[in-house]
Amino acid sequence: MDGQSHFQRAVLIPHKPVETTLNTIIESLADRIKSAQAHGAPLRIRGGGSKDFYGGLLQGEILDVGGYRGIVDYEPSELVLTARAGTPLAEIESALKERGQMLAFEPPHFGSTTTFGGCIAAGLSGPRRAYAGSARDFVLGVRLLDGKGDDLRFGGQVMKNVAGFDVSRLLTGSLGTLGVLLKISVKVLPLPVAETTLRFEHTAADAIALLNEWGGKPLPLSASAWRGGELSVRLSGARAAVDAAVTQLGGERLDEAGATAFWQDIREHRDAFFSTAAPLWRLSIKSTTAPLNLPGNQLIEWGGSLRWLATNADAATVREAARFGGGHATLFRGGDKSAGVFHPLPAAMLAVHRNLKRSFDPAGIFNRGRLYGAF
Amino acid sequence: MSNVAETTIDRARQHEVVAALSAILPAHALLHEREDVQPYECDGLSAYRRLPMVVAQPDSEDQVRDILRACHRLRVPVVARGAGTGLSGGALPPSDGVLLSLARFMRILDIDPVARTARLQPGVRNLAISEAVAPLGLYYAPDPSSQIACSIGGNVAENAGGMHCLKYGLTVHNILKLRAWTIEGELLEIGGDGLDAAGYDLLALLTGSEGLLAIITEVTVKLLPRPQRAQCILAAFDDIVKAGQAVANVIAAGIIPAGLEMMDRITTGAVEPFVKAGYPLDAAAILLCESDGIEVEVAEEIAHMTAVMQQSGATEIRVSRDEAERLRFWAGRKSAFPAAGRISPDYYCMDGTIPKKALARMLNEITALSAKYGLRCMNVFHAGDGNLHPLILYDANKPGELERTEAFGAEILKLSIDVGGTITGEHGVGVEKIDSMCLQFGTAELALFHALKAAFDEHALLNPGKAVPTLHRCAEYGRMHVHAGQEKFADLPRY
Repeated sequence: MDGQSHFQRAVLIPHKPVETTLNTIIESLADRIKSAQAHGAPLRIRGGGSKDFYGGLLQGEILDVGGYRGIVDYEPSELVLTARAGTPLAEIESALKERGQMLAFEPPHFGSTTTFGGCIAAGLSGPRRAYAGSARDFVLGVRLLDGKGDDLRFGGQVMKNVAGFDVSRLLTGSLGTLGVLLKISVKVLPLPVAETTLRFEHTAADAIALLNEWGGKPLPLSASAWRGGELSVRLSGARAAVDAAVTQLGGERLDEAGATAFWQDIREHRDAFFSTAAPLWRLSIKSTTAPLNLPGNQLIEWGGSLRWLATNADAATVREAARFGGGHATLFRGGDKSAGVFHPLPAAMLAVHRNLKRSFDPAGIFNRGRLYGAF
Repeated sequence: MSNVAETTIDRARQHEVVAALSAILPAHALLHEREDVQPYECDGLSAYRRLPMVVAQPDSEDQVRDILRACHRLRVPVVARGAGTGLSGGALPPSDGVLLSLARFMRILDIDPVARTARLQPGVRNLAISEAVAPLGLYYAPDPSSQIACSIGGNVAENAGGMHCLKYGLTVHNILKLRAWTIEGELLEIGGDGLDAAGYDLLALLTGSEGLLAIITEVTVKLLPRPQRAQCILAAFDDIVKAGQAVANVIAAGIIPAGLEMMDRITTGAVEPFVKAGYPLDAAAILLCESDGIEVEVAEEIAHMTAVMQQSGATEIRVSRDEAERLRFWAGRKSAFPAAGRISPDYYCMDGTIPKKALARMLNEITALSAKYGLRCMNVFHAGDGNLHPLILYDANKPGELERTEAFGAEILKLSIDVGGTITGEHGVGVEKIDSMCLQFGTAELALFHALKAAFDEHALLNPGKAVPTLHRCAEYGRMHVHAGQEKFADLPRY
């Protein structure tokens, strides 16, 4: 095909370890899984270890996936990137940036060692989530080793795919309890042409009201954060759309470097709000819920849908507040994990979870107790 | 496809089931006479027909729960049905079980204009959602072409897409919460009012699960602000490969169009007399490329898209001057299926999705297959996301044409897999593509699908025989279609 445009030129393969080495890694992972299954010995799956703080207490021998790395396929015009689970997240982000694209769910790294696999297994999304979608929204396909050491592939590299159950999205955010991710394909998006951050002085209640009002208007919102009487919103998109929204909304405009640093700090929990001795809770609730009437400090993200709460209030109180907001609460960092990290499930839901766990991991060896104590 | 089963109903069993359900439903909501159940013999894929043993039409959650409990106790299969517009036979009824019609669940339960959500019963029509919230300046984004008739429950079961999913996502991206019932009659409240939920992502798992895991009685959807303006470019190409390249170029230029559709010459020729859209009929293919947003944004994006189309060798470019013209551009695309029905006694719609880079190869292969089977094929597709809808034109009354059509279709599906795609992008597997699942997945993956189903439905009572083939079926299929030892079941014992 002549006249091929420059858009299609190169498939980017920064790392291309010898295929046999990669197969050896998979074989050795599968062998360890089979042996652990035979002995009922728990395995603790590890990419870069950047999120060891997250979820229930860690149990079992480390199963290191970090060696299985490298971008496998990336063609910008397909809007799809496929990489091995051990690939550093930073490497993926820089490959995308080079071609003017991004992971639109803005996953947090929480350190320099974060891997792609860990990112998807944790399923966490950053500031852009409320406006662009979550990690699971962008996952298209996975290759994994299940609890029997079987090498399985689900989904693929296309955006629309309803053949079989959506195992790829089920695995996203399952914290490694269902299988060892080997390879993941995700949808990527172009970087916005223009981006501007505006800042306003508002109470929490006013900020929540405004964010919901703005969410119902055709504004190019891409992030929001309120803390300490200060509301910041980011606008992203076509230059004309961003400029029009700036005129419409008013507020104080942050300089580019300051804005970038601000959203990075929110995303990575480096903002001063997060340096707290009190346990950090994450409440995912209805966007219109009033400011939490609980002791401690709050940071509001995602147009009002995400509330970070640094509090010494007891777990039952925090969970009740989340339930009242139609959502759930997670003990995100610190605090007493013995009462469980994630929101307790009703009996019927727990039964389904147990059954699902068993269908992927019959011997219950993967990341035992990381999600729920029951498995 | 040639599956119009004249199955006999086990009358004793029917009597037993009707007796059990009579305690739950009033007589008018429980059908079992042949003339009463006949309208339910098929869904939108009418080539497959089967009479259900019983049709149940509950109108409350309590009734649904009790029906499921009774069926579980009696080990009776249950097949859920919404509006019956599905294109893969997913709602083909069971001759030994209950067709559970959710058509009476038609109420919009709640609209929250501030949080921008709507709580719906599953029988609410897709378009009715957007109509109901239009006065608020909001709409529900997924717009499958059947949106005037299809219901939100069915949309969830199939993970329905539409013209705008490249930018706005599929059903799975636009729902927040479900109330769903297991076959044992246990309520699962899935998702939540926030943007995520505790535990495994069952919302994603249930979406597109084709009624195999649970019965949905309530769906909460996200509503989006209606774009201020939409404008559409019609670009003509003298070569279908160039049109395919133009699609890649638009995306590579950093644009995510609100819609990006392609039609080949046979399609434009078929729809033009029908809708008078003014399509250039000498073009090998045309692209419809839409931008939406605020005025200035659309103007900027349309200029950008136009430049890319020009650079990609478009022979003609028209930009819609007003809303009437924009709708006229789209009218032809939206009439492609009816137009196929107009120029041919029957047509068979495929739904493979492929990486966009394989578009040219796929189109060339389809042309070759069309010649090989002596059947015309219209190519219409959601080009932006690689979702193809080749429409094979045939006449079921001509001996052998149906079989040739099926063979043609199966080759397209196999090709979709070979180029790294999937057999179904948005229509579902149902009964129609169940054999092709054997090509797309290996033994271990299929075994996991069965285990996953068993996690919800131990006795496989919900929509049995759909979506996921048994390993035995795949072994049989493999025996019929051996491709030089390449089939995935070479290692399976043959019965």
